[in-house]
Formats: sequence, structure tokens, C-alpha cells
Amino acid sequence: MGEANTVTLRGRGLVGGVVEGEALVTRDSISGWGGIEPTGGRIIESRHELSGQSFKDKILVFPGAKGSSGWSGMFHMSRLAGSAPKAMIFNYMNTKIALGVVVTRVPAVTDLDQNPLDVIETGDWVRVDADTGTVVVTKGGRPGGGVGGPETGAEKAATGRPGKEVGGHDD
Amino acid sequence: MRLTDDERSMLDGEQGEAVQAAMDLLVRYGEVLGAERLVDTDNVCGANIFGQRQMMLCGASDPDAVFSEFSLDSPRPVEITPMKAQSYQLIGPMDTQHWQVQGLSQEAHDAIEESESYSARHGIHLMNTCTPYQVGNVPVKGEHCAWMESSAVVYVNSVLGARTNVEGRESTAAAMLTGKIPYWGYHLDDNRFGSHLVEVAEPVTSSLDWGLLGYYVGEQVQEGVPVLDGIAEVPNLVKLKHFGAAAASSGGVEMYHIPGTTVEARTVAEAFGPRRPVQTLRYGARERRQTYEQLNHTARDSDVDLVMIGCPHATLSQIRDVCRLVQGRKVHPDSALWVFTPRAIRQVAEQNGYAQILRDAGALLMSDTCPAIGQFLPKGTRVIATDSAKQVHYLPAIMKVQGWFGTTEECVNSALTGTWQGSL
Repeated sequence: MGEANTVTLRGRGLVGGVVEGEALVTRDSISGWGGIEPTGGRIIESRHELSGQSFKDKILVFPGAKGSSGWSGMFHMSRLAGSAPKAMIFNYMNTKIALGVVVTRVPAVTDLDQNPLDVIETGDWVRVDADTGTVVVTKGGRPGGGVGGPETGAEKAATGRPGKEVGGHDD
Repeated sequence: MRLTDDERSMLDGEQGEAVQAAMDLLVRYGEVLGAERLVDTDNVCGANIFGQRQMMLCGASDPDAVFSEFSLDSPRPVEITPMKAQSYQLIGPMDTQHWQVQGLSQEAHDAIEESESYSARHGIHLMNTCTPYQVGNVPVKGEHCAWMESSAVVYVNSVLGARTNVEGRESTAAAMLTGKIPYWGYHLDDNRFGSHLVEVAEPVTSSLDWGLLGYYVGEQVQEGVPVLDGIAEVPNLVKLKHFGAAAASSGGVEMYHIPGTTVEARTVAEAFGPRRPVQTLRYGARERRQTYEQLNHTARDSDVDLVMIGCPHATLSQIRDVCRLVQGRKVHPDSALWVFTPRAIRQVAEQNGYAQILRDAGALLMSDTCPAIGQFLPKGTRVIATDSAKQVHYLPAIMKVQGWFGTTEECVNSALTGTWQGSL
């Protein structure tokens, strides 16, 4: 089913909700503390493929979480700062990512039947239904093209107040 | 996830709102992990000291509200009751003695001090170090713990045989209040066997060698359980502290085996148990050099503004080593030498006269925090040098500085001369 340029992946939904948006994809695992700057949702690890880019409001597609135990704390803070990703799609489960998706409170999906890193490219339009564990990828961007396309009604409202200068101190 | 009657009563709110919020978090977290149940723990290390930034983000200065949001992921403020488990504060944002050097305002200082005393009143031991195993929290083999701080987790899992995953702030705070943590990952026997064999073909003796090896191994095995073969010389606490911290920074190593040295394996075969190595790696001269170059890739300018020793927090032996290098000499006026250690060890260093030797040389002995955690450097710092692979991995990214990595002696000498002269 679906249009010719869509791909549907099925996996395990972790934190419920339905959201859609533009994909930001990396083959590098992500560090939380020391790897992201939570105010702007930017990747700061110097040798990271996405160094300098922001995941704010993106569907973040990545292998998983690495590094310091401050992972959840940093993504928690990005939510409060209004800079969290819209959803997270990842491959490898560990305690950092598990706690991270819980406190970031965005739809999250893992254990997909195809490797999302092979299917999804940055700029693709992705609908994440974490209630059913379904990911629908529209290749090449938002269906219908252009800006101002349909947003799903189930999208979660940002809970934070953007633009505050913050950092963190827990490793 | 299966809950016991007691855990169910916590979730139902029969043991108070704070315990309920904590259990709610543990259940949500455990279900994402796919854990079957929780396990009892009476040894929890977390990070719950907050400052003005957290209050601002939370939109509240009430410490219960800040703890509820940041420590328990409960947007609804609950009254925090005393911690049930033995609970320890890890490294925090402020040196209570040298906070002005950090550039903190009186208001920022007061907020952090208030948060510390709030933690103390709730039964959290104020150890304020990333190395609790140095100052009295030494878990025993098989003890189920809930620790944050990746460098401490890898140390107690591997060297001591305690059992913990790399927990986060919210899960450790929930464990403090409930005495529970998901029974998953490194709590289970099957996950503690080796995954990768690392044939160490290069002599590994100094702390620098161990930092390089750790950084290489972490990058190669990522989340794996490396088994080191070919280690000829038994490493000490300082070297294993550097090794684990580096492996947990470049990758996600939470457990390793050095057969004959670490507690769960006398032989390579015992380290792998029923598993076969998924990969065999060889660490030789080429790998060592490449790792050294990676660690130094942000550094260009030889004028060193700050030398940082003590990541993870320095032992008394490291402080003594620095003292021997600086005794009778002075830190260069354009440079600074900061040594970080647990507060309890700073007190011993004072008694032993080491603190005075450092003061006389113009160096600073700091505790409770570090430049990466507290996000502070001397004003105008562009170039740092450190003997820690972990610190040189993180500090340039966090503070936008160049970072040199070298031996303790090279680092201290660069503080004395103001110039980096290290090489492999």
C-alpha cells in the first residue's frame, strides 16, 4: 500500500505518539553529554558526521547512544529548552538511549524490520507512529512538495521555552 | 515488567508521591529496555546538584520542583522524601573552596550550595567525585549497584566485579528513592562475558599508554566487552582509571576483562565463557600512533593556557607525582595548572603538605568538579593540555578550545614553560 515513493518499516514502539517531519540521518552514534549542546539541539562532538547541525524538530535517525551517562540529562534538557528532536529512530538498545527516549518524551521506535540507516536519508519525510511501531518514509521530502504540508493532529506540543542559555553538569 | 507486591504498592502511591513518581519512571524505563523485572540495590551514585540554569529551565526555584523535573522526570512537583537506598553524589558543578576561580557569581554559588544542602538533608552523601571507589564506596563482587558516570561504571564492573549499567540522572534518583533498578544488561551473568579479543602487541606501561589503549579499544568495540590479551605488567588503579574512562568515551565500554588482573576472569577462556570472540583486534605500534594523533587532532598552537590533571579525579599518588615535578619551580605566568581530586583526598593532600607545594608553585588543587562538568576555564583560554584521553575527548567539544594530550610530565612541563613540547 502507499504511494510508489514510500517505504513502510515495522518495529517496536517505545514511547508512544504519532508525529511526522523531516529526517536527519547519521551513521555515527550520538553522545549526549559532551556530544550535544541542548539549547539549540546541536551536535558538538568534533569528529561527528553531523558536527554543527541541529536535530531540533527533526526525525532523528541514528545507530544509538554512546559515551557519558549524561545522555538522558542532556536530551531531557533539550526538551525543556524546546530543542528536542520530533522523534527518534535507532538500532541499538542500551540504558542511555532507553532512559533518554523516556525523558525526552517524543515518539521513539527501534527493532525495525529493515535497517533504517539504509532506507532513510536526510531530507526524507518520515511519519513515526510509535503506538504501533510503524515508520512510513516518503523519499525525497514532504509529500506534495513545498512547505506548509499537512501536520498530524497527534503531534506533541513542545513543552519547553526556547531560546534559554543552558548547559549541564552531570556526567 | 513483572512487579512484586511491594513495587506495585510503590507504583500505586502507597509509599508517597515521590516514591510513586520514582517507580513510574523505573517502569517506563524498564519497559523500553525490555527488562523482565527490577532488582534491589543499596548502592546508588547519581548527580542531583542543580544551579540557576536548571531553575530557569524548570521555571521554578523550589528545590522539590527542580528535583521532580530533573531527577525524576515528573513535570508535576512532588515532595521529595528521604532516600531509601545508600545514595552518593557524583561530581558536581562547583568547587566550594575555589568557586570564584570558576567565575561563578555569589548568586550562582548560593544556588548550588543550597542544592547541595538539600541533597544532604535528603540523605545523599556528598562525595562530589567521579571516583567514588577512591573514597569509600568500593562495591564488592556481585553487588547490584545503580551508578552513573561512565568511567566509574566501567571501573566497578570490570576491576571489582560489581554489577551496574551506565545509569542516568533520572534512573539513579529513582533508584535512590525506591532501592530498585531494572534487572537488565550487566546485572545478568550472560552479558558479562567477553565479546572482542584484543591482542596487545605493544608494551603498555605508562598512564599515557593505558589512555591510548582505552581510547583505541572503545572506538573499535563500541558497546562490546573487550578482553585484553598480552598485558605483561599488572596495571594499578590510576592506569585502569585512565583506560576505562577512555574506552567509555570513544565508545560505550561498560565492562572489560584483563585476565589475571580483573576479578571475573583468570584466563582468556574464562573471560569469554560460552561465547566466541566476534572479532579479534591487534593493537600494535600503528594503532597506538593513530590513536595518539586522533586525540591530538584539535591541537595546533603550542602556547598552553591551561594544564588540567585529574580526569577522572586524581589519586593521592597522582598528586604526589605532580608535586615532584613542580617542587621548587613556578607555573609560567601565561599558563595555569589545575589539579582535580575528590574533596576527601584534597584534605589528605593538605595534611601531607602536597597542597602547599602546589600553592607555592602557583598551581591550584581543586575538588568536587572539573572544567568539563562545571564548564569553566581561565579567562581567554584557547589551548589546554591534559594527561587524560577522556578530558581531551570532551573538553575541546564542550569549551571550544584546542587540546593537547600527553604524559603527566609533558603536561606539567608545559604549564611550567608555557609551551607544549610533547611527542609520542
